[in-house]
Amino acid sequence: MQLQGKVWKFGDNIDTDAIIPARYLNTTDPQELARHCMEDADPEFPRKVRPKDIIVAGKNFGSGSSREHAPLAIKAAGISCVIAASYARIFYRNAFNIGLPILEAPQAVSKIQEGDLLSVDLDKGLIVNLSRGEEYQATPIPPFMQEIIAAGGLINYVKRTINKK
Amino acid sequence: MSMTITEKILAAASGKRSVRPGELINVKVDLVLGNDITAPMAIQEFEKIGVPGVFDRERVVFVPDHFVPNKDIKSAEQAKILREFARRHRLTHYFEVGRMGIEHCLLPEEGLVGPGDVVIGADSHTCTYGALGAFSTGVGSTDLAAAMALGEIWLKVPPSIKFIYYGELPPWVGGKDLILSTIGDIGVDGAAYQAMEFTGPAVAKLSMDGRFTMANMAVEAGAKNGIVPPDEITREYVQGRAKRPCQFYASDPDAEYARVYEYDVSDLEPVVAFPHLPSNVRPVSEAGHVKIDQAVIGSCTNGRMEDLRIAARVLQGRKVHPDVRLIVIPGTQKIYLQALEEGLIKIFIEAGAVVSTPTCGPCLGGYMGVLAAGERCIATTNRNFVGRMGHRESEVYLSNPAVAAASAVAGYIVGPKEVL
Repeated sequence: MQLQGKVWKFGDNIDTDAIIPARYLNTTDPQELARHCMEDADPEFPRKVRPKDIIVAGKNFGSGSSREHAPLAIKAAGISCVIAASYARIFYRNAFNIGLPILEAPQAVSKIQEGDLLSVDLDKGLIVNLSRGEEYQATPIPPFMQEIIAAGGLINYVKRTINKK
Repeated sequence: MSMTITEKILAAASGKRSVRPGELINVKVDLVLGNDITAPMAIQEFEKIGVPGVFDRERVVFVPDHFVPNKDIKSAEQAKILREFARRHRLTHYFEVGRMGIEHCLLPEEGLVGPGDVVIGADSHTCTYGALGAFSTGVGSTDLAAAMALGEIWLKVPPSIKFIYYGELPPWVGGKDLILSTIGDIGVDGAAYQAMEFTGPAVAKLSMDGRFTMANMAVEAGAKNGIVPPDEITREYVQGRAKRPCQFYASDPDAEYARVYEYDVSDLEPVVAFPHLPSNVRPVSEAGHVKIDQAVIGSCTNGRMEDLRIAARVLQGRKVHPDVRLIVIPGTQKIYLQALEEGLIKIFIEAGAVVSTPTCGPCLGGYMGVLAAGERCIATTNRNFVGRMGHRESEVYLSNPAVAAASAVAGYIVGPKEVL
């Protein structure tokens, strides 16, 4: 799968409270969540973000709470992909489970700047920086996670498991 | 093959003789947990799977605790989804307002989790139950939905990090100071994807409540789980409570660890985590003159009996500073009642505090103590991220209950010795 989008850059330890503050967790409506996406990291973000944009962040992205509202808000805001130096583990699982593509690429993160245009090949984990003429390789997605993606997310994967039983 | 306690529990739950770090396994869970924020989303996903019921109605636990008693209409709708699902599927362990508690205080108290268990919960602080010698970890709503249907979950076996605490804890220093100091040392991703095994003479002497506090905050170092080897203190706690048979596992003497940290805690003083990371830790004596507007004593980290007793010892015969709002939140209805019987509630109210029904409320900036721009709070909770307790320009400082109580009296952040 090939994606192309403009970069919004964030620092280290972007926690789920910054991604979607708890004051908005009284709903599960993705569109409503999207209206407050990243609000406590950058209050202007929900107004600035455009479909297909890409979030690039430092280490430990998505730390803190287990709220799946966080990857949902990002996905519903139109973000096509997140690239970070590393992820907190619950966010990592949640993103795959709801079908938000995320890549781990520490080297890429240090070189990519806000506003860069990236082209991303998700299958190969290859990131091309069209603004700077650079290429970066992301950590390959573990085979087990690829099975979940191939099934179309965790819920389909579970359906398949139950049918086998 | 020698294994750590985490590996032994996971091996048993996956039907294997042994497992090693990095191995992907399918694990049978003893209990799954959801709350009023995460379960409504899990229920939506669960219903897409199309199974007639949950894998075991006695092992799916729902606790509305984040925004209840309902803080607004939307929260009321969320809580209603939970309640109706619990009724429809005849869940044995749904805890209604008035009979509930903060989930991670409540489940151990009710004997629903115990040594040797595998527990997953759609709440990051599910790692609390490691204090009992269980494997427990937080997941999101979709993982919860899958586990509600299957009674199992896939996991990657985490490498373990061993923490050994030597020496004797000084007065007013507790589990909160041990875990905050540790996170201060290793960082908020210092144990990412790994198991934190808390051991040593200081932990062996720590009460169950202190151990719950430590395991609770393992996730603040990025850990998959925190775990304390179960011993006589554990046995005493679970006796008469545990609803299922317990398994006391121990790490083999030659088990392999990714890293080992050793600390002498004899000279440790109470610590405070400054905004905006739990790793931003300083001794309270080096806090400087930080004026506060609010103090919160409670949460799944420090809302237990021992915490309330410590706070009451500091507050007895004293008054909350005129510029400070002190909010005390007992972790469960039983703790509330016990505190009432021991006279603690009277001490809090006479000091000028407000005492709330059990709720996560202020910890996550939900309600019952949300901060305005520029306001500062010292809290016995677990996170001090930007905007965690309210406005993004407010600040949260994390401490143990003695420091929070003393600061409420002084009006600025101080240790208990300063006000006694």
